[in-house]
Amino acid sequence: MIAELGLALLWIAAALACLSLVAAIVYLRSGKGELAALVRPASVAQGALTAAAFGVLIALFVRSDMSVELVARNSHSLKPMLFKVAGAWGNHEGSMLLWLTILGLSGALVALFEKRLREDTLIATLAAQAALSLGFFAFLLFSSNPFKRLPIAPPDGQGLNPLLQDPGLAFHPPTLYIGYVGLSVAFSFAVGALVTREIGPAFARAMRPWVLGSWIFLTLGIAAGSYWAYYELGWGGWWFWDPVENVSLIPWLAGAALLHSVSVTATRNALRAWTVMLAVIAFSMSMVGTFIVRSGLLTSVHSFAVDPERGTFLLVLMALYIGGALTLFAFRAGAVAEGKKFALLSREGSLVINNLLLTTILALVLLGTLYPIVAEAMGEKISIGPPYYNRVAGPLALILCLVMVAGPLLNWRRDDGRKLWSRLPAAVLAGAAVLFGLVLFGGHVGVLPLLGMTVAAVVGVASLAPLWGRNLRRTPLPTWGMVIAHFGVAVALAGMAAESAFIKERLVAAAPGETVKVGDFAVKFVGVQPVAGPNYTAIEGTLVATTSSGDSFTLRPAARTFPGLMGTPPTETNEAALLTRPGGQLYAVLGQPVTDADGRTDRYQLRLWWKPLVWWIWLGGGLIAVGGTLALLGRAQLLALWRARRARRKQERFA
Amino acid sequence: MSARLLLLLAALFAFPAMAQDRLPPAPYAYQQLADPAQEAQAKALMETLRCLVCQGQSIADSDAPLAGDMRHEVRSKIAAGESPDAIRTWLIARYGNWVSYDPPFDAATALLWLGPLLFLALGGWLAFGRFRRGADEEGGEA
Amino acid sequence: MRSRWVLFVPLAIMGLLFGAFVYRLVTPNDTLIRSQWIDKPMPLFDLPPATAGVEGLKSSQLADGRPRLVNIFASWCIPCRAEAPQLEALKAAGVPIDGIAIRDRPEDVAAFLRENGNPFDRIGADMQSSVQIALGSSGVPETFLIDGKGIIREQIQGVILAENVPEIVARLGAMK
Repeated sequence: MIAELGLALLWIAAALACLSLVAAIVYLRSGKGELAALVRPASVAQGALTAAAFGVLIALFVRSDMSVELVARNSHSLKPMLFKVAGAWGNHEGSMLLWLTILGLSGALVALFEKRLREDTLIATLAAQAALSLGFFAFLLFSSNPFKRLPIAPPDGQGLNPLLQDPGLAFHPPTLYIGYVGLSVAFSFAVGALVTREIGPAFARAMRPWVLGSWIFLTLGIAAGSYWAYYELGWGGWWFWDPVENVSLIPWLAGAALLHSVSVTATRNALRAWTVMLAVIAFSMSMVGTFIVRSGLLTSVHSFAVDPERGTFLLVLMALYIGGALTLFAFRAGAVAEGKKFALLSREGSLVINNLLLTTILALVLLGTLYPIVAEAMGEKISIGPPYYNRVAGPLALILCLVMVAGPLLNWRRDDGRKLWSRLPAAVLAGAAVLFGLVLFGGHVGVLPLLGMTVAAVVGVASLAPLWGRNLRRTPLPTWGMVIAHFGVAVALAGMAAESAFIKERLVAAAPGETVKVGDFAVKFVGVQPVAGPNYTAIEGTLVATTSSGDSFTLRPAARTFPGLMGTPPTETNEAALLTRPGGQLYAVLGQPVTDADGRTDRYQLRLWWKPLVWWIWLGGGLIAVGGTLALLGRAQLLALWRARRARRKQERFA
Repeated sequence: MSARLLLLLAALFAFPAMAQDRLPPAPYAYQQLADPAQEAQAKALMETLRCLVCQGQSIADSDAPLAGDMRHEVRSKIAAGESPDAIRTWLIARYGNWVSYDPPFDAATALLWLGPLLFLALGGWLAFGRFRRGADEEGGEA
Repeated sequence: MRSRWVLFVPLAIMGLLFGAFVYRLVTPNDTLIRSQWIDKPMPLFDLPPATAGVEGLKSSQLADGRPRLVNIFASWCIPCRAEAPQLEALKAAGVPIDGIAIRDRPEDVAAFLRENGNPFDRIGADMQSSVQIALGSSGVPETFLIDGKGIIREQIQGVILAENVPEIVARLGAMK
């Protein structure tokens, strides 16, 4: 009953999307105002009903209703409740419904709260959003129905992949999806502005909070995913240039370029064509990403089950949306009147370089991800991984970081370089100090990590430069946001470079009582014991790590075995033990038991790493998100509205 | 309820024959070389070699037995004095360029390596092309 | 007014992208990694016997003038059992077959031979996959066609099917 209700809600929501679209088209062509009045409520209702349908799906998982095929394939009654709920979106159909829910809710929020934009542009925007929803509704309802029933309900489900049974990972998809699909609003605003030819500060101001908000979520989602891979996969890697990782990075890069560009358009009425194009590209890349993941185009540890039929459906949808938007762009963007000119050495100039570099990095990540297909068409099978990306994207990213610190110190339109001259020497000094320190005392450090740490030092100091000489309490929130976000980039860069350069690894077959030295630690292997969890059994090791100053810490890495449910083979996972210290992290993994030459069977494979400053990577990511949030709050009119209301009330009291 | 439990227990003890061997890992699969410089060379090389039986991982990041055997080959060869490039070439001669995460530079991959530079040059020219034509107030266009 | 054609560049790039997608949807991903060590001499090796009662395998024994098959298998490899009748058929047709057992314990190899028959003249034990790697082989079962001079001429990946048997006999017959 409930599943059918969910399906019915989806059909009604789809019908409402259709209604919004048709009413908007008729209104825009003929100007009939009554139809325009339908669009906002229809969008709100569509969002609410889709969210309700998603709630129904979650309820089905919570109740472990095995008569629904999705629940039977992805859940199990013994699963902890958090993972039952997470199971709702940990599969193709459920995550597609999540996509539609966010698409619908974003449209609803725009319909409810956007009051300043010109009416026809807003209607065109809501129409674009409805058009996007309609295509994905068709995809869901016709080829990926989440509420499909099984003729006979099995006694229990096939369970969720044990690798995904992790609290952090439970929230990783929704966070990312809010990011990906939030960018759809930017896409819709861009299309709406192109349709009504109102490409100016107004639409940029309407779009800006959406861009910032989605980008913040993308930053958090990607950082969380990286941290999850780091501690779950058992080898301490935090970025693999895996195709699915790359397709999450690409919208992030587009969003980063877009959030800078949209600010310029909103405040200075410049870079308008860039803003429109980046807005279209950002969500297009979200769609391309979801297509690549769901169609089995590329091998990846992340891929959903392969289904070329779904791939074709999505490809056709994307051709319509992206092709349509870019054609509209090609025909209408040229009509935008020329903006005021600016010099290369100016804030606009540096932002154009910023856009250019980010777009180039985006293009090369896309190229690297898809090139194996091109090479195969030419008869050669190749693999593209870190060596390529480090060599090509690395230098570009470093140059971008340097532009990032010069930009905020430049004036609009034309700058004479005096502020740069006066404030940058401190940063250059910091960079030089780090560089010489590393070259003289660092030992054997690779070129890229060396440059990375140097640039991180320059950026770290220079990102604070816009605050010098200002009254810090009167500095607007968006400026604080910019400073903290740019500083976060420096922190993350320093973490990445330091970890690559100074990581220490020890692989040993240790017997109980033996001590292994790694970094500054003496790690004693005490022993192992069997442990039972809610739905697994494990062998847990006990390690005692002592620093040279005498502090002692206990680590408990474990090797877990999840029984195979309904006939599938058991799965084994590694739970690494992490010890976070100010200087870095000690990472310990318990491997297989080893029978050595003497016949001893109590030796275990231990993998130990000392990773200097590795947690700075995610701290940096967090700082970037904090900076973005400050910028978002600073621009939100909430503060101003609240003050205006207070002032009005005061006046009324004295009236 | 008890029927479900029985079914679960039956599933627990009835897993199908697993396609995994029973031998211990090769000696150098999980053991580092004694010389730190050689181990660093081996590690750097292993991180750029692709695991043949995994879904997109390097042999340095995989627990698959064949990946362990490949690590053993790499470390043994480095210990015997071979250069990382020679070992990479040796493996590519057997498995093709697919086994190396560092794509070659040849006719098929020229676009891959030169593409970003071309893109940057094209983009730069489009955005700032007007600088070349003339005087003071030239600049980029909004 | 910026030149019109520039604005079509993003659309053109999207077109190229979609070309790649369509290509991939039409010609699905070929996940087999083929050996590139073809038309090259057999690598040098000297493998001990895989179990009691069989001879070990030396690379020099593979260049005796008779084209032959080298079959890479393992007792833990379930599809390898499906190949046993075809290997027997090839042996009956006069094809010399040698085996290399990958990562296998002697008792497991013995059990495998008891259950599925022994079509091999010799079986070498490759405990650390070193010969497998030297051949460019990436899984089991795989079969290599070797000519009389010990040069590897062909690689068959996966189980040999009944309909392939006459073809293999013919191909080996055509080699010297």
